Amino acid sequence: MSDIKEKISKVCPSATFEEGEILLVNVPEKDWHAFAKQLKENKEFDFDVLSAVVGMDWKETIGVIYYLTSTSHNWNMLSVKVVCENRDDAYIHSVSDLWKVANFQEREVYDFFGIKFINHPDMRRFFLRNDWVGHPLRKDYDADPKLNPIRLDDEINEDDSKMYIEEGGKIVEKDSKVFGADDYVVNIGPQHPSTHGVMRFRTAVDGEEVKKVDVVSGYIHRGIEKLCEDLTYPQTLHFTDRMDYMSAHQNRHCLCMCIEKAMGLEIPRRAEVIRVMMDELMRISSHLLSFGCTAMDLGATTAFFYGFRERELVLDIFEKTCGARMSMNYNVIGGVIADLHPDFVKDVKHLIEIMPERLKEYHKVFSGNLIAKNRLVGVGMLSKENAINYAITGPSGRGSNWSCDCRKKHPYSIYSELDFEEVLLDGCDSYSRYMVRMKEIEQSIKILAQLVDNIPEGDIRAQVPKIIKLPAGRYYQQVEASRGTFGVYIESDGNKNPYRVHFQSPCFNLVGVMDLCCTGNMIADLITIGAALDFVIPDIDR
Amino acid sequence: MFNFGQWTAAFNSWLMGLGTPEWLGITIECVLIAVLILLTYTVLALFYILYERKLCAWFQCRLGPMRVGPWGLTQVFADMFKILIKELISLKDTDRFLFKLAPYIVITSSVVMLACLPWGNGLQIINWNIGIFFVLAVSSVGVLGILLAGWASNNKYTLIGAMRSGAQMVSYELSLGLSIITIVVLAGTMNINEIVLEQANGWFIFTGHIPAIIACIIYVIAATAETNRGPFDLPEAEHELTAGYHTEYSGIHFGFFYLAEYLNLFIVSGIASLMFLGGWMPFHIPGWDGFNAVMNWIPSIVWFVGKAFFISFVIIWFKWTFPRVRIDQMLSFEWKYLMPFSLANLLLMTLCVAFGWHF
Repeated sequence: MSDIKEKISKVCPSATFEEGEILLVNVPEKDWHAFAKQLKENKEFDFDVLSAVVGMDWKETIGVIYYLTSTSHNWNMLSVKVVCENRDDAYIHSVSDLWKVANFQEREVYDFFGIKFINHPDMRRFFLRNDWVGHPLRKDYDADPKLNPIRLDDEINEDDSKMYIEEGGKIVEKDSKVFGADDYVVNIGPQHPSTHGVMRFRTAVDGEEVKKVDVVSGYIHRGIEKLCEDLTYPQTLHFTDRMDYMSAHQNRHCLCMCIEKAMGLEIPRRAEVIRVMMDELMRISSHLLSFGCTAMDLGATTAFFYGFRERELVLDIFEKTCGARMSMNYNVIGGVIADLHPDFVKDVKHLIEIMPERLKEYHKVFSGNLIAKNRLVGVGMLSKENAINYAITGPSGRGSNWSCDCRKKHPYSIYSELDFEEVLLDGCDSYSRYMVRMKEIEQSIKILAQLVDNIPEGDIRAQVPKIIKLPAGRYYQQVEASRGTFGVYIESDGNKNPYRVHFQSPCFNLVGVMDLCCTGNMIADLITIGAALDFVIPDIDR
Repeated sequence: MFNFGQWTAAFNSWLMGLGTPEWLGITIECVLIAVLILLTYTVLALFYILYERKLCAWFQCRLGPMRVGPWGLTQVFADMFKILIKELISLKDTDRFLFKLAPYIVITSSVVMLACLPWGNGLQIINWNIGIFFVLAVSSVGVLGILLAGWASNNKYTLIGAMRSGAQMVSYELSLGLSIITIVVLAGTMNINEIVLEQANGWFIFTGHIPAIIACIIYVIAATAETNRGPFDLPEAEHELTAGYHTEYSGIHFGFFYLAEYLNLFIVSGIASLMFLGGWMPFHIPGWDGFNAVMNWIPSIVWFVGKAFFISFVIIWFKWTFPRVRIDQMLSFEWKYLMPFSLANLLLMTLCVAFGWHF
């Protein structure tokens, strides 16, 4: 990594470095955009994926930490810290022109920290109402309920957007509108059967054709990141089950790993195996739900029930061991909370046995159906370049032939010992995304088959201190959740509660391509594309 | 074969024998018939709701309604009673008159169509020489109600649903009409009763062989689209438009749309049974007189209703198996494939009839 430091110093002499698990580069704000352009476009760096954008408030200063990944250089990661010059009137140059994924990410940072991004095309709040007072993740935020009462009236000026551009060395605010005056805008959501939760798409349509999709998020925003700052580490765990509830185990695994990594804790082998098995069961359950919902959104209600029939089996396994079918709260710091149920091995073997037959049945009733193919093939095209640029990971990214499986790229837990394939399809359409999921069920079954007879005896969790304090520093951990790469960022100041926690959820990126994929398609395709991208709303809103 | 006409004639002569003037007699009979039709309509609708719910449950590895009454049989009565007593919500900024008119147009058109069906030997209400033509004409009125409902609700979903419905029903009416004309060519008449009698020596699907089978397939596809049922249920595609044109309706107004939808399913099945499966005509094989006599022993009304239920079963089967098609795919399917195909089929049938290539 010393090599990369020299290269960076060459293109950006003002950069300073901080060693750590991932190299951190300090860049002055005025040099940031040029440096970012170098990082992205210079083949020596080739950081083509913007993995995370974390807003930070260090009390004296305020700024953003960017996590970048280079797919061509062995998935190396780099973090860049950019500090605003002025805390109260904070500006940073936007990189949404380089990495499209930054568009929504920067809106989130603006929403939570009040940092305005220069040249960002659409500087609106992302989660909170546009009449919200203050920016909640700033450390000087006034949480007085009088300032932000429960408002019962509609948001006004929903269409108003702002841009900040530089003119003659000064930053000028410019007003813009989201939709034109003669657009026929249909609200799809927040109460709609096919948005899979309280998500709202303001959709401009021309007859049946979609002209533009504006994502309005935040209807179930719970402020998880803010809440975490006041809780101890074990208390923060349960939030992860409630973000993407279909990736509850993987998300919690990620947060536990991040904390364990910071503590330098060794996990018993038995706990690792149980965690991985649970992760894969969760993935099967999630993909079965996704199969069912895709079928249902396309009007094939019977296929939906078939998917749910098998998902019941997985949920029964969870229920027996974890005591719950949803929000299992199973992983804890150091291992898992309870030992396996005596039926676990038998039930998993039963699942392994029946799934291949059942998958054939699904293909018969739905995947092979002519109408289903007509609805899915060629709908919602997302090229590999766009998938990378919008950081669309998980089955949706792999449906665009982008090899992005975190289990292979940054192997964690015991995945490096396991034999499974990364499913890749090159259709770049909704059908490929759907089929990747179906094939990943087979791979997860394969992983389970390897582990089910080899669960070692031993402890299910390591000894952990009663009060958990992480050494001061920054920690970033990624796992492959059911819908893509899930990242956890923790900044600790050595206290028993985190200074800042950021969850980089895969669905947040997925919803970012809705406009790109839907424009020019039909209204019915918007539903199809949403179903095939398979986002879970609580994961976006957090 | 028992002729139900004997009963009606006996009732008529009894009424006249009381010294009733002719105008009054006819009025009384008309009112009785109207009451009978409405009763049949309701009972059939209730049966169909249960029929579909049970069938769909079995397709989906479920039990369906089981709690109200034995085997869930009285669930539909509870549902209908609930719909009857529900509040009719009135909305701001709607076109009040058209909003309230729309469900009545839809249900009237479907009641009138029901009245045209040949229920059994001698059990027919309107019997005139343009019977099937009249049915086709009346069926087109229903779409007007759907368009009005969509427009008058002043809601973007309902408007899109109504636009879809208009496009769909107007398009599929072509194939529907053409496949019916194909059979009219074979039968040589548009009189419903005569069409049935023509099939005494074998149903048209057998005597008309290839063109009749093609026409039957086209008819069933087009009829599925005409009744807005899956895979052509786009006007009310709940996953796209919440409930399409009837999103804003509540109480009995919604109930009217709901009933009309189920009854239209029965009506299109009834017309299919009339055109292809002989209506109330029992299954006859020319020459097998003993067999034919046994078949005649089954009442004609059972034949008709049984055939209609069978075709409804096929249409319900479609709905619970297939995903929904997209509007452009649906229209291109009609205009590019189904309609040219039915035109060619009409030509084939005409040739068959002209050269006597049928049984």
